[in-house]
Amino acid sequence: MSITAKNIVKRFGSFTALDDVTLEVGGGQLVAVLGPSGSGKSTLLRIIAGLELPDSGTVLYHDEEVTDSHVRERNVGFVFQHYALFRHMNVFENIAFGLRVRRWPKDKVEHRVNELIQLVQLEGLGRSLPSQLSGGQRQRVALARALAPSPKVLLLDEPFGALDAKVRTELRQWLRRLHEEIHVTSVFVTHDQEEAFEVADQVVIMNHGKIEQVGEPGEIFEHPANPFVMDFLGDVNVFHGRVEGGRVMLGDLAVDYPDQPHQEGRTAKAFVRSHELEIARSWNGRGSALKAEVVQVNPSRGVVKIRLISADFGLALNVDVAWDRFADLRLSVGDHVYVAPRRVRVFVEDYAI
Amino acid sequence: MSDSTSGRRPLAPRGEAARSLTPPLADARPAAVRPESAADAAPLRVGAGTKSRRGAEDPAIVRWTLIALAFLAMTILVVIPLANVFYEAFAKGVGTYWDNLYNDPDTLSAIFMTLKVAPMAVALNVVFGFAAAWAIARFRFPGRALLTSLIDLPFAVSPVVAGLLFVLLFGLQGLFGQWLREVDVKIIFAWPGLVLATTFVTFPIVARELIPLMEATGSDEEVAAVSLGARWWQLLSRVTLPNVKWGILYGVILCNARAMGEFGAVAVVSGRITGQTDTMPLRVEKLFQEYNLPGAFAVASVLTLLALITLVIKVTLEWRTRRELEEASRLRTLRSEA
Repeated sequence: MSITAKNIVKRFGSFTALDDVTLEVGGGQLVAVLGPSGSGKSTLLRIIAGLELPDSGTVLYHDEEVTDSHVRERNVGFVFQHYALFRHMNVFENIAFGLRVRRWPKDKVEHRVNELIQLVQLEGLGRSLPSQLSGGQRQRVALARALAPSPKVLLLDEPFGALDAKVRTELRQWLRRLHEEIHVTSVFVTHDQEEAFEVADQVVIMNHGKIEQVGEPGEIFEHPANPFVMDFLGDVNVFHGRVEGGRVMLGDLAVDYPDQPHQEGRTAKAFVRSHELEIARSWNGRGSALKAEVVQVNPSRGVVKIRLISADFGLALNVDVAWDRFADLRLSVGDHVYVAPRRVRVFVEDYAI
Repeated sequence: MSDSTSGRRPLAPRGEAARSLTPPLADARPAAVRPESAADAAPLRVGAGTKSRRGAEDPAIVRWTLIALAFLAMTILVVIPLANVFYEAFAKGVGTYWDNLYNDPDTLSAIFMTLKVAPMAVALNVVFGFAAAWAIARFRFPGRALLTSLIDLPFAVSPVVAGLLFVLLFGLQGLFGQWLREVDVKIIFAWPGLVLATTFVTFPIVARELIPLMEATGSDEEVAAVSLGARWWQLLSRVTLPNVKWGILYGVILCNARAMGEFGAVAVVSGRITGQTDTMPLRVEKLFQEYNLPGAFAVASVLTLLALITLVIKVTLEWRTRRELEEASRLRTLRSEA
């Protein structure tokens, strides 16, 4: 069951939450909608679910228009950030709720609920109350409850937002495996890019009520469509400079930029990811490099995060160095080193701006 | 520039690097562990805090004087008068006590009147109170603040004035008096008036109990229920009501206690017709005025007994509603943290 949201506009008072948004989700896909808070991602999800009505635009499930139909009739599974489990019902009754209100016969309810308890790996917890469960278990109950009536689409609003980091990582990998098993068209909203990139087939990046980019995780990471996406993906150093004659001039730093061969100069922003900067003790003079001083060394998961200040350029730089490279360099605070980008992404600013 | 291979690549190397942790850097590891050990230390610090607070407490003499004073006041103002009610009621033996209650038709009629009016007032209050609490807790509408403060009005108005209000509305000379006489419905000086006045006076109780509870519970579960296909009555009976059932019961108990004891408003609207519109409190006062002290205390003892029963139920329910509220507010802090 594919989902199409066409030209959706939604305003809350004078605030435009969604500004002519069009999104297509292929049947059986798992799509992440990623964006900072206030970007309209949750509103879009709620409009797809029918919990919110758009000011204009249409929502289609497959070919059927559902824009004006009530959330009750849409047969969606919705998972809330804070679980929203029925606190006075045990796990079994929570999962059974959607079936009981549809007046399923008792034996079928029992069969289906047990099936789901197995699917979300909560065997033996059927009689527990939500208050007796951990956050991760609660969210799995919420998921089972949403899946019980075999919804056409599964919508998840920041499903792992309230969980601690470790459980979050486990649960999202589990969600990915679950999706491979049941293949229901799913859309989930998140502000955590790692989560979006790890779990989803397609990532939709939103900002200020508009979609900035849609694509596969790798595609977005390798080819960010615009400065916002680049910046939002994070771990990035921004240089302000000029493009002229096929080169980007960033202070002392000059990088080849064949896309813009014109002699006429234009202001540009250059983005270099922190793992795409190279640190060296000495420089052989091939290409250009910045001189910088190490001001901070933070060992972190997977890499060592190094903060440098380039005195000539008046710029702070963040560089991620692999642990073994860090061991070779033996960096410590106060060291003077050379920094050179291995890869630069340049966005030339429009004349209009 | 060609270190890009696949889409998932940016996430993969982190794990690889973590595995290839080199010995010279291994000492950097504890830094990452440190936040956890700091969290472990936190409860200890709390323990130390309680210890130091003991030093800031008042000296024993102040403490014991205050406690003794509190007990003394309770004994003089509550315990002795309460015990006295039962003592006086039974002063002339159990036989007289029973006579005073069972063999006095006017007293019996007053007891039945109270047992009839109070439950009706409570029932009306539950319906109105729940509706008002739902409206205030779930919706934002113009006049919401006004409604919230109007709910408290009956507590601020003197019960006698409240009674008078109804007489002015439904009495013979009142606004609807003429019309009521034409359709032959008696409200003032009859039980419907008693129910109305009692309902008015006790109105805030149930709503006041439910508004904070429903606000703390939030509407998440209701939205979830609707998304699962629940219709409004299923929503009400399976989600909303069960979530506030202890709050409602607590409101019912309090409201019932207040309804049975109501004097002022009821005195005005009932006309105090002996054997017809008297309620228990009115009957107590009447017997007292007639110098029938054993009779007055007998009826009073029944009222007191009902109050004591109410108290026991109330304490039990308070404990349960507090748990409901705690659970709800715990979820809320969790929410605001996230």
